[in-house]
Amino acid sequence: MIVAAAYGDPALVLLELGGVVFGLAIIARLADRIGFSPIPLYLFAGLMFGEGGVVRPDFTNDFITLSAEIGVVLLLLTLGIEYTASELRDSLRSGFWSGALDLVVNATPGAVAGIALGFGAAETLALAGVTYTSSSGIAAKVLRDLDRLGNRETPTVLTLLVVEDLAMAMYLPVMAIVFTGGTAGTAAASVAIALSVLAFVLVVALRHGSVLSRMLATRSNESLLLSLVGLTLLVAGVAQWVNISAAIGAFLVGIALSGSVQQRAAKLIEPLRDLFAALFFLFFGLQIDPSKLVSALPVATALVVITGLGKVFVGAFAAKRNGVGRPGQIRAGTVLIARGEFSIVVAGLAAASGASPELGSLAAAYVLLSAAAGPIITRFVEPAAGPGSPAVPL
Amino acid sequence: MADVRKTDLPGVGTRFDFTTASGDPLAVLVHRSGSREVLVYDRNDPDRCHTALRLSAEDTLTFVEMLGTSRVVASLAAAQQDLAGLAIDWIMVAPSSRWTRKTLADAAVHTRTGVSILAIIRSGDAIHTPGADTELLAGDRVVAVGTAEGVAQLDRELTEA
Repeated sequence: MIVAAAYGDPALVLLELGGVVFGLAIIARLADRIGFSPIPLYLFAGLMFGEGGVVRPDFTNDFITLSAEIGVVLLLLTLGIEYTASELRDSLRSGFWSGALDLVVNATPGAVAGIALGFGAAETLALAGVTYTSSSGIAAKVLRDLDRLGNRETPTVLTLLVVEDLAMAMYLPVMAIVFTGGTAGTAAASVAIALSVLAFVLVVALRHGSVLSRMLATRSNESLLLSLVGLTLLVAGVAQWVNISAAIGAFLVGIALSGSVQQRAAKLIEPLRDLFAALFFLFFGLQIDPSKLVSALPVATALVVITGLGKVFVGAFAAKRNGVGRPGQIRAGTVLIARGEFSIVVAGLAAASGASPELGSLAAAYVLLSAAAGPIITRFVEPAAGPGSPAVPL
Repeated sequence: MADVRKTDLPGVGTRFDFTTASGDPLAVLVHRSGSREVLVYDRNDPDRCHTALRLSAEDTLTFVEMLGTSRVVASLAAAQQDLAGLAIDWIMVAPSSRWTRKTLADAAVHTRTGVSILAIIRSGDAIHTPGADTELLAGDRVVAVGTAEGVAQLDRELTEA
């Protein structure tokens, strides 16, 4: 067996991996039962089994490390696939100022906390990224579960999430450079490269969106899946090599897809993404010492309160600009409180680049708290449907 | 028809909404998968909605056909139907017909053509199973059932001079 050749006793490798994935399956099932996003639960599971955790199985398995790496790439690929190039363009047009406010209001507390805790420049920048990005996964789930997709504030919320995704495309390369200890000059060059590639891909996707899609379009799902994964890993590899972050390479591939291939690709890649992303969240949790997590709780709680209010403010501001009334403004703000996959991606990439472990535990505590509090708060601000509230009696 | 507004929902689909004649906002959310949600808005908070219906792409087609049914039936009824040897027709009595202002007994429709007159529709009202002494008037709609030949003969007698 190939796995055996690389990692030792095949029975042990399979048993370990099987046990891990099966454990994640139980968590996913539980999350679905209680109507909760599984992401923070995977993270929590990682904590329990990680360094200094309650149980400490021997994860000598390099496969999980590699899976975590692939997980990030696939997460970003699906984020890119999720939005069409024209949706990105329109969102950037209509949500630019709200998005800018979002960045200022929610990244600043992270940066300030980083400086106050005596983090280095790289860790401070990473923490700003952690507190900035809302979880589009959790927000989408909450909007669906609370039957809010048709609400008038929802386009505003989705636009903000799209703008955050685009901002990440600029942020991740900067972070990659800062961590590798580049000078301001190389950082600027790398950002310039990333931005021009992003702009290039967007323009190409808008004008000639069909080119890549036509190249990939085959009738066979198998061949589409393999070409897509192959292409994504290749582009991610190249991006990593020139130091603009593998994740961004994958994101750009996702954006460049369009039309019917986009729809099919999204469906095909989803199960693969779920598997590898779950392993990534778990892996991130594994690296964190629960005792450090506990000591990070006070700062994390303060950050959740401040940036939670920040998100409510930004969401309400953006919704108000779009003519939404007071209750809708509050709904728009509170749905953005939860942080999730993006914050973990940022902290995970930071950890992989040798950031101090304190950043990891603080990010984990922060994500766990906000991911738990966000959905509950936004459910709480929704008044129960009063008498005669449906416009048409059903 | 009212103006329909279109709003894109990135990553979800498209929302179409309009205000009904009675002033209530109504919207349809078209998911990328092709499934639809019919949404009605809250009276107290017009930004908030409830999903009234969730329809798969296939359900949507069925539902649209159902919404159009009353028109479908009306237009079908206007045409003669021929079902396994049985013909049904709605025949308008012309002023020039020889049976205008004559009773059904005079016309002896059933005896001569084998066609039964189920009802006569006169200025919006229906006279069910009209008796032999019922008079045929110009402008009446006669609902006739019989063989194709019989109905065709009655049609000629009632519409031609």
